Amino acid sequence: MAVDPSRKPRKPDVARGAKTSRSPWREQAESYFIHHRKVARDSASRLWQTPVASLMTWTVMGVALALPVALLLLLTSLQGVSSGWESGARVTAYMSLDANLEQTRKLADEIGADGRVAELELIDRDRALAEFRASSGLDDALDYLEENPLPHTLLITPEESARTADGVASLLMFIESMEGVERVQVDLGWLQRLNAMTDLLARAVWALAILLAAAVVLVIGNTVRLSIESRRDEILVAKLVGGTDGFVRRPFLYTGAWFGLGGGVVAWILLQLSLWWLSGPIERLAGLYSSDFSLSGLSFDGVFALIIAAMLLGWLGAWIAVKRHLDDIEPGEIAGG
Amino acid sequence: MIEFRQVTKRYDSDHTALRQVNFHLDRGELAFLTGHSGAGKSTLLKLLMVMERPTAGEVVVGGQVLNRLPRRQIPYIRRHIGVVFQNHQLLFDRTVFDNVAMPLEVMGASPRDVGRRVRAALDKVGLLSKEKMNPLQLSGGEQQRVGIARAVVNKPPLLLADEPTGNLDPELSADIMNLFAQFSQVGVTVLIASHDLALINEMGRRTLTLDHGNLIAGGTPLQGGFRGR
Ligand SMILES: Nc1ncnc2c1ncn2[C@@H]1O[C@H](COP(=O)(O)OP(=O)(O)OP(=O)(O)O)[C@@H](O)[C@H]1O
Ligand SMILES: [Mg+2]
Repeated sequence: MAVDPSRKPRKPDVARGAKTSRSPWREQAESYFIHHRKVARDSASRLWQTPVASLMTWTVMGVALALPVALLLLLTSLQGVSSGWESGARVTAYMSLDANLEQTRKLADEIGADGRVAELELIDRDRALAEFRASSGLDDALDYLEENPLPHTLLITPEESARTADGVASLLMFIESMEGVERVQVDLGWLQRLNAMTDLLARAVWALAILLAAAVVLVIGNTVRLSIESRRDEILVAKLVGGTDGFVRRPFLYTGAWFGLGGGVVAWILLQLSLWWLSGPIERLAGLYSSDFSLSGLSFDGVFALIIAAMLLGWLGAWIAVKRHLDDIEPGEIAGG
Repeated sequence: MIEFRQVTKRYDSDHTALRQVNFHLDRGELAFLTGHSGAGKSTLLKLLMVMERPTAGEVVVGGQVLNRLPRRQIPYIRRHIGVVFQNHQLLFDRTVFDNVAMPLEVMGASPRDVGRRVRAALDKVGLLSKEKMNPLQLSGGEQQRVGIARAVVNKPPLLLADEPTGNLDPELSADIMNLFAQFSQVGVTVLIASHDLALINEMGRRTLTLDHGNLIAGGTPLQGGFRGR
């Protein structure tokens, strides 16, 4: 058709038509929400429609999430225990054998006057031997000894404020430096070992948590990839009629989040079940050690955080799948030759 | 409405699907695009849909030069172009209504609007009574009409069809062509790629003919090469 200049101004602006036909923003926002709700519901119902497959994904995710969370809970309980031991730390100072009682008393006064010491008990060598005799059952054997092999001993309880690993260590140095003290012993060695162990354990747990989180993301990513494949036609048509990337991605991102929700709930159930299963034996064990150790479950906030984290992981997995597989689907191929 | 300016599309380095194609379609115009198989008809339509980008030249739709369109803008252009394909690309996991509603849904139309406009489009193609059926339950011609309803449901100013009557009987084909003619009467620009010369001749409309990527008939007459705007 020949160019008709008079018609030219009318020609442009497909876009202007769109603007005038666009509804006011309130209605726009409203239909946006309605759309989100519909997509969310639709994605959820798709998961329900394949209950076995969904349940399997949820379980895999639940196990992968429950494991590090359980270890973290155990760790928290252990840290509680070790700090309890710390507060009960007592320093034992053994005098040298040639230190007499007089000397020891003087030393005890000196140490007792230190601000870091709450309590001090002097056990003289005779009493120590008597106690040893009573508790060891080596009564006869001890009779053969010509001399009392035990030194005078000071039992020192640190002040509240000094009951930290560092505080106890400095107190220890102070006592060790005193004249006549042969050897100082403290439960601190145990404490430090336990602390070091929990530190190590904490790192291991976090490393495990990160690995398992990555596994969760990959599992969800793969599941969502399959779902993208199975809905290929729908994606093509949506892109063909002008669906934005956001529009096309949305159902899959919701799917990922729903997988996460289910996984989080399964993880929580698994945690509760194992807690319930373990609580009896743990109580008995703690009773044996007259410890108030107890394995605490997740608080309400903890459960909430677990589920939110699971949903975020699911969403992330879906996002990766969508990024890798969905943006490649272009409707060019359906146009035919 | 549509303008091709010296458009060349090369797929591989040695294979040229379109060679310096020039033409111009006005608003409300209905034109056919014909040519042998492999002449470049589908390629031309794909350029309009931004499914492919031209190797050289400019494709203009509604005053917008598509070449420079950033990727994220493409969906918004497509919302103004209705397309009908031979393999109508209906989704069989949802009803006729939901199929037709898709273009409105991606635009975020309100449910009230969607209902009204989908029924209007279905009414136009005579399938209002079948809105709740699955497309699988429909005949080939009915499915094709659902595809057309979907293409026009958001009242696009431009309608493209690639072999829309591919495997329909002559009577149905004529029906569908008449439908397209109706749309052009209300101002929609319609471009139909077709092999069906008998039908094209019967319609007596402008016909663009491609031959090995060259537009050999029906193009805009050129006065001394590139025609500026
Ligand atoms: N994606 C592609 N990659 C490479 N070559 C392509 C591609 N699409 C089309 N072609 C080539 O471009 C040429 C034109 O193809 P096109 O699909 O436009 O033809 P057509 O006119 O639609 O043919 P038909 O009538 O058979 O549908 C053909 O030779 C085809 O092989
Ligand atoms: Mg073709």
